[in-house]
Amino acid sequence: MPQQARVQPMPPDSTPRDTSATDWDRIAASPEFKDLMSTKKMFIIPAFVFFVVYYFALPALVGYAPQFMATKVIGNINLAYLFALSQFFMAWIIAWLYVKAAGGFDKLAQDIIAKVDKAKGGK
Amino acid sequence: MSTPLVMFLVFIAITLGITYWASKRSAGSSAYFAAGRQIKGWQNGIAVAGDYMSAASFLGIAGIIAFQGYDGFLFSVGWLVAYLTVLLVVAEPLRNAGKYTMADVLAYRLRPRPVRALASLSTLTVSTFYMIAQMVGAGALVALLLKGSGITFPAAVIGVGILMIVYVVFGGMLATTWVQIIKAILLMAGTFLLSILVIAHFGFHLGDFFNAIGHVTYHDPKGQEVVKDFMTPGLRYKLPYGPLDLISLGMALIFGTAGLPHILVRFYTVPDAKTARISVVWAMVLIGTFYIMTTFLGFGAATIVGPDFIKTHGGTNMSAPLLAQALAGDIFFAFISAIAFATILAVVAGLTISATTSFAHDFWTNVIHKGVERKAGEEVMVARISAFVVGGVAITVAILLGPTANVAFLVALAFAVAASANLPVIVLSIFWKRFNTVGACAGLATGLIASIGLILVSPSLMAVDPPTVVGAARHLFQRPAIFPLENPGILSIPLGFIGAILGTLVSREPSAESKFNELLVRSNTGLGAEKATAH
Repeated sequence: MPQQARVQPMPPDSTPRDTSATDWDRIAASPEFKDLMSTKKMFIIPAFVFFVVYYFALPALVGYAPQFMATKVIGNINLAYLFALSQFFMAWIIAWLYVKAAGGFDKLAQDIIAKVDKAKGGK
Repeated sequence: MSTPLVMFLVFIAITLGITYWASKRSAGSSAYFAAGRQIKGWQNGIAVAGDYMSAASFLGIAGIIAFQGYDGFLFSVGWLVAYLTVLLVVAEPLRNAGKYTMADVLAYRLRPRPVRALASLSTLTVSTFYMIAQMVGAGALVALLLKGSGITFPAAVIGVGILMIVYVVFGGMLATTWVQIIKAILLMAGTFLLSILVIAHFGFHLGDFFNAIGHVTYHDPKGQEVVKDFMTPGLRYKLPYGPLDLISLGMALIFGTAGLPHILVRFYTVPDAKTARISVVWAMVLIGTFYIMTTFLGFGAATIVGPDFIKTHGGTNMSAPLLAQALAGDIFFAFISAIAFATILAVVAGLTISATTSFAHDFWTNVIHKGVERKAGEEVMVARISAFVVGGVAITVAILLGPTANVAFLVALAFAVAASANLPVIVLSIFWKRFNTVGACAGLATGLIASIGLILVSPSLMAVDPPTVVGAARHLFQRPAIFPLENPGILSIPLGFIGAILGTLVSREPSAESKFNELLVRSNTGLGAEKATAH
C-alpha cells in the first residue's frame, strides 16, 4: 500500500477492511455494536461525571472556603493539600479502572470486526 | 566555558545525532508526520509527557509555589486530571478515525474544505502563541543561565529557533518523538533528584519539611518582614474574582488539554487505539509523579532558598535552578539548567511539527488541492518549508517582544482556544448525529474569537500600570480590565459549544448525518483504521 498516493479526500477508501457505505448502517444497527456502545457508555459517562465533579470541588472549596480548607490534619498538612493530593490518586485509579474495562470493549470490538470479515468471505 | 553551556552542548549533540538517524527514516507522509505509526505505547507515553511538561510547568509552577504557596500547587493538579478527558473521550476515537491531524476526524462526515481551513487556523493559532511564549521564556532563561558567556537574548532565541527547525525539517516526527523521550527522562530524573535532596535537607523528616512551609519568611515591597503559612490557600486567588478565575483555569485545562494539537498528533504515531490508550496511561503516571514532586521543588525553594533571594537572583522562574544550586552547588545548577533548556527545545519542536502537519496536510493538500497530492512527497516538502516559516515567525516575534514581555497570557490563550474552539467540535462530531459543517465552522470561529477577544480585555492585557513599570512589561491597554478573569474558559468554552450547536440547528446536511454511523463504527471499533507502515 503506497502511503504517499493515499492522500485522498476523506474518508480514505483503500484500507483493506473497508466495506460499502450500506454496511456501516447495518453494523451500527447490529445488536453486537449496540452492546459495545452501551457497555462503553456505562463506564465512560459515570467516570467522566465523577471526575469532573471531584476535580471542580477542589477549586470551588479552596476558593470559597479557604478557612475551612486550611484546617490542619497531620502536623502542618491541611485539608486543602490532602484534597489536592487525592486528585492525583483519583486520576490514576480512574485510569486503571478504565484500562481494565477497556479490555472488555476491545473484545466486543474484535467480535464485530471478525463478523464483518467473515461476512466478506474472510480477510 | 561555563558548565551549563557544556551541558547544553552535550544535549544538542545527542539530539542532532538522533535527528540524523531519523532523517533516513522519514520518507513519505506517514513516516514523516506519524513516525510510521510504529512508536511503542510506553515510548509514546513518555513522549506525550515530554510534549506536555513545558518550561511553564517545570520553572513556572515551581516559581508560583515558591512565591504564592499552595495556590501554585493547584496548577499541578489540573495539569494531570486533564488527561482523564484525553483518555476517556478523545485519544481512541481520534486514533481510529483520523490520519495525521484532528481535522481528519472533523472532515470525515463534514464538508472538508471549510472545516479543515478553520481547524488549521485554530491549530496554527494555538501552536504559534504557545511557541512564542516558550521562545520568550527560553531566551530569557538561556541569557540568564549563561550570563557572562556573551550569549544575549536574541542569540539565545535564534539558537533555540534554529535547533527546533533542524529537528523538524530533517528528523520529522520520529526525531521529535525521541527528543521528547530524552527530555522527559532527564526532566523526571532531575526533578526526582532535586526532591530527594530537599527531603534530605530536612533530615528525611517530612514533618519538618511541612512545618517549615508553615512559616516562610520574606520581605514585602515596602521592606516589611512577613511570615506566612504557605500551606494556606488563597495567597494568589483572592476574592472577589480569584475563585472564579481558578475554576475558569481548571475548565481550560480539563477541556483544553484534549484539544491541544501537539498532544493530539502524538496518538497517530502508534499502531492502534489500544496502544494510544496505553500511552495515555504511561503519560499519566509520569505527569502525575512529576506534578506531585512540584511540592518539593516549589515549597523547597520557598523554605530553603527563600523568595527574597530568588527575587534578586533572576526572579520566580529561577526558583528551581536556584534550589539546585543551594542544595548541591554549581554542577547541579548546571544540570537542572540544561534540563530546563532541553524542556523548552523539546516542547517548541513538538509545537512546530503539529503546526506544520496541520498546514501541509489540512491546508495545503486538502483545502487548496482538494485532497490530491500532485506529486509524491509534496505534502512532506510543504511541511518542511512551513517549518522554516513558523520558526522564523516565532523567532522574530519573540525577539521583538523582548525578554521582559508579559507572555504568560499566551499559554492561557493557547489552552482557552484548544478548549473553546477545538474540543467542542471534536466531541460533537463524534457524538452528535445532527452535527454539520455550519455548526463546526460556527463552533471553531466562536471559540477562537471568544478566547482571543476575552483575553484582550482581561487583566493580562488591560490594566493600569504604575509609572515605575516600563517597556514591554507594561500592559498593552492602560485602562481597567473589562473582563475580570485572566482565564476566559468559563465563558469562552460554553460560547464555543453554543456556537457549534446553534450553527448546526440553523442548517441541514443530510450527507453529514448519513455518514454518522460510519464514523461511529470506525471510531469505536477501529474498523478500517490507519495501519502502521513497514519500513
